[in-house]
Amino acid sequence: MTDLIRLSAAQLAAAIASGEASAVEVAQAHLDRIAAVDGKVHAFLHVDTDGALAAARAVDEKRARGEALGPLAGVPLALKDVLTQKNVPTTCGSRILEGWRPPYDSTVVQKLRAADVVILGKTNMDEFAMGSSTENSAYGATRNPWDLERIPGGSSGGSSAAVSSYQAPLAIGTDTGGSIRQPAAVTGIVGVKPTYGAVSRYGLVAFSSSLDQAGPLTRNIVDAALLHAAIAGHDPLDSTSIDAPVPDVVSAARAADVKGLRVGVVRELNGEGYDAGVRQRFSEAVALLTSLGAEVGEVSCPHFDYAMPAYYLIAPSEASSNLARFDAMRYGLRVGDDGTHSAEEVMALTRAAGFGPEVKRRIMIGTYALSSGYYDAYYGSAQKVRTLISRDFATAFEKFDVLVSPATPTTAFRIGERTDDPLKMYLADLDTIPSNLAGNAAMSLPIGLSPDDGLPVGLQIMAPALADDRLYRVGAAVEAALHDRWGHVLIEEAPAL
Amino acid sequence: MSTTYDEALERYEPVFGLETHVELGTASKMFCGCGTAFGAEPNTQVCPVCLGLPGSLPVANAVAIESTIRIGLALHCTIARWCRFARKNYFYPDMPKNFQISQYDEPLCTDGYLDVEVGDSVVRVGIERVHLEEDTGKSLHVGGSTGRIHGATHSLVDYNRAGIPLVEIVTKPVPGTGRLAPEVARAYVTELRETLRGLGVSDVRMEEGSLRCDVNLSLNAVGTAEWGTRSETKNVNSLRSVERAVRSEIERQSGVLSSGGRVVQETRHFHEDTGVTTSGRSKEMAEDYRYFPEPDLVPIAPAADWVESLREALPELPFERRRRLRDEWGISVLDMQSALNAGAVSSIEATVAAGASARDAYKWWMGELARQANERGVEVSSLPVTPADVARISALVADGLLTDKLARQVLEGVLAGEGSPDEVVAARGLEVVSDDAALGTAVDAAIAADPDAAQKVREGKVAAVGALVGAVMKATRGQADAARVRELLLKQLGAQ
Repeated sequence: MTDLIRLSAAQLAAAIASGEASAVEVAQAHLDRIAAVDGKVHAFLHVDTDGALAAARAVDEKRARGEALGPLAGVPLALKDVLTQKNVPTTCGSRILEGWRPPYDSTVVQKLRAADVVILGKTNMDEFAMGSSTENSAYGATRNPWDLERIPGGSSGGSSAAVSSYQAPLAIGTDTGGSIRQPAAVTGIVGVKPTYGAVSRYGLVAFSSSLDQAGPLTRNIVDAALLHAAIAGHDPLDSTSIDAPVPDVVSAARAADVKGLRVGVVRELNGEGYDAGVRQRFSEAVALLTSLGAEVGEVSCPHFDYAMPAYYLIAPSEASSNLARFDAMRYGLRVGDDGTHSAEEVMALTRAAGFGPEVKRRIMIGTYALSSGYYDAYYGSAQKVRTLISRDFATAFEKFDVLVSPATPTTAFRIGERTDDPLKMYLADLDTIPSNLAGNAAMSLPIGLSPDDGLPVGLQIMAPALADDRLYRVGAAVEAALHDRWGHVLIEEAPAL
Repeated sequence: MSTTYDEALERYEPVFGLETHVELGTASKMFCGCGTAFGAEPNTQVCPVCLGLPGSLPVANAVAIESTIRIGLALHCTIARWCRFARKNYFYPDMPKNFQISQYDEPLCTDGYLDVEVGDSVVRVGIERVHLEEDTGKSLHVGGSTGRIHGATHSLVDYNRAGIPLVEIVTKPVPGTGRLAPEVARAYVTELRETLRGLGVSDVRMEEGSLRCDVNLSLNAVGTAEWGTRSETKNVNSLRSVERAVRSEIERQSGVLSSGGRVVQETRHFHEDTGVTTSGRSKEMAEDYRYFPEPDLVPIAPAADWVESLREALPELPFERRRRLRDEWGISVLDMQSALNAGAVSSIEATVAAGASARDAYKWWMGELARQANERGVEVSSLPVTPADVARISALVADGLLTDKLARQVLEGVLAGEGSPDEVVAARGLEVVSDDAALGTAVDAAIAADPDAAQKVREGKVAAVGALVGAVMKATRGQADAARVRELLLKQLGAQ
């Protein structure tokens, strides 16, 4: 076992289970990789070396005692810094939470611990998950391993960069408007936003409660399915958690069969504003699905055109309320507490100093949209649009089992390219937002490099709520066909760091 | 500045409304599993959820929802088929999330009423809504002289109370009560408290803040239909204060209006010590709470058959019970009010159940026993006499075995711990002398001892028989039935 970091999660788990490699060796190999390359990539905000090695040792001891190990036992994972892990710093990429060590584990972390997954550390992100490039982190931008001058997507850019640069085979991201799928797409890996409510939000620091959903980022479909299965399931601590059996995503990923499956190409998620190279790879992927025996047709979802404006009212509205708790009174940053300021002034000074410009922008938009006299016109209308988008999906899913589109209109853009133009930045999530608004399941997987710039292009697959398994069935079929064509998965074409 | 109460009521008609907050007596908080005991060490009944820590999520307490629906049913409200919690957004250090989970345009219960009694009349107070929310923490301002935020050097916050389930009960505006407005307001809170106590949903202790009132009041000129601008008075935390706050606001607002001023829409604070209100924050620039549906909680959709089963299982409510007992006992609202104030209703009811007539039971408990309780400084219900004892004494009188006077002596014996009424009668030898032969001897002796009186009676001056009756009663140590003695004397003297 020379190059542990190149193995998939499934392979690592098998190697650890068979004794071919110890969990400590695997963890150390990844910690070494982090030490070697993260200076360039900046995927991690905090590396929990001691915690990771302790967890790995525990797995090795468990194996030595002959106890049963889970399907991901000993496999290292990078955790987005928006999920709480007891006594490990959690910043959400913000100054305002600097120094905060949560006193409790998120449900996702509890499930990862129960699965004997080894958590390496916390990954960088756009502040409070607001952004599409990870440039909005208060702790500096993360870079795309394919081209260090480019963004790794966002807001889960630290997680996508960690996985695509072999610092971890698994990562957890969160997706509010595309924050798992878009980073996965622009870094050439797999990213899944499960059905809303499939993975507990307890311990996920809320950006937009009705949209946030945690999910896996991995280098292949089966790994994503294994991680999905490990973190999904009903949680009594989250009222919006779905109390229903988790679809068998692992079997679906291994089935990899699309014969007779009806695939709808969404007309509104293509065309103007899309890179020619992206459109080309997407057309090829659609043709591939046809060749694999899928029944492909076109479908119109007319209200998707209004998804972006609706999203930028609903998400900031909820955020303006969710982020009110950061007020210096109980945890995190505290500015102006020098005996000359009132509590209200300390709150205001702390928030002024602790939040970055994009967070402030969204708090202001959300505060405005919820204010009396404007509520009906903005928040109220946006909720109506949300209903119409859900209906578009429902209609489309009457005729099709899954829908497909490019995952992003463009490939990874350059760092700094869109920071002065928020609206242009927002367009990065054009394809992904509708699934958040409807609460559906969706996946992005790599389908090749753009002929324009040689950067990864992602295919988005969308499935109805609770039909997450269809994503894996279709995704695995596409992945297998491309693997047959290329002889490897796309990420192996990434330049060495 | 203020006018007198009488002057105020000559010119203006008060309209009041009450907002009452009730802490539910659930074992755990509204959205987490923390305990709710009053008076625990500060910040010991807290967890990530009620501290609003990043990432934590609320889960609604099913018992609190059930209690709220029961309150709504008791107040004759319509129960929502589907409703949601909403976030009320504002910044305050004792509110961990800087928003309060409450209900806004979709309350659990709407449009009910509560009948309250004032003097000899019944006033129906409309209920606008009953909704469920979470309580805030408590701030303690340190360093100032008043304990208020002004002058304090710093503040301490106790989050034990944060997240305790709180039910808000809002009345419709109550017009037309005139000078009785303060009494009606007080009677409403009293009745509401009894109703909540009867439901067993809260300990309703105003002194511990588990029941808190805000009083809204406006005045309109007599003869006009348009209501005036209202003030909202907070910190009204006893029944007496409710009455005083209404009265004080009537006098104050009347003074403002009479001198050509304008009532400002504002929050005012009631001061227990002085009985007056002072200005708090102005509400002219209405605070914008930016309410929106709480996305962390699923909607509440109580099943209709479950609500029906809750309705059927409601205990008899205080008002209904009193109305039933008034009818059964044939007494007035005022008499019932007296019994209520004396805390004697249950004792009277039990005495009737033990066989006494309602009239006798009421007479004993509200008469002799109320006097005894008053002398001893205790509640009438805690006297060492059972309703069964009272019913037995009452039966002995009805059967002519005791006179009222003897009966009082028996009661004294029972209260003194001498045993049951029958034991006291036997031990003290208090039975009525009803043997006519024995009485005849005493009658003859009395006539012989007072021939003058006897002569007067024979001559038709019947009133003179009193002296002879007195002599017989004395001779029998009061154990004779005076009416019977009189009868025998008159017969003997041929005056009948």
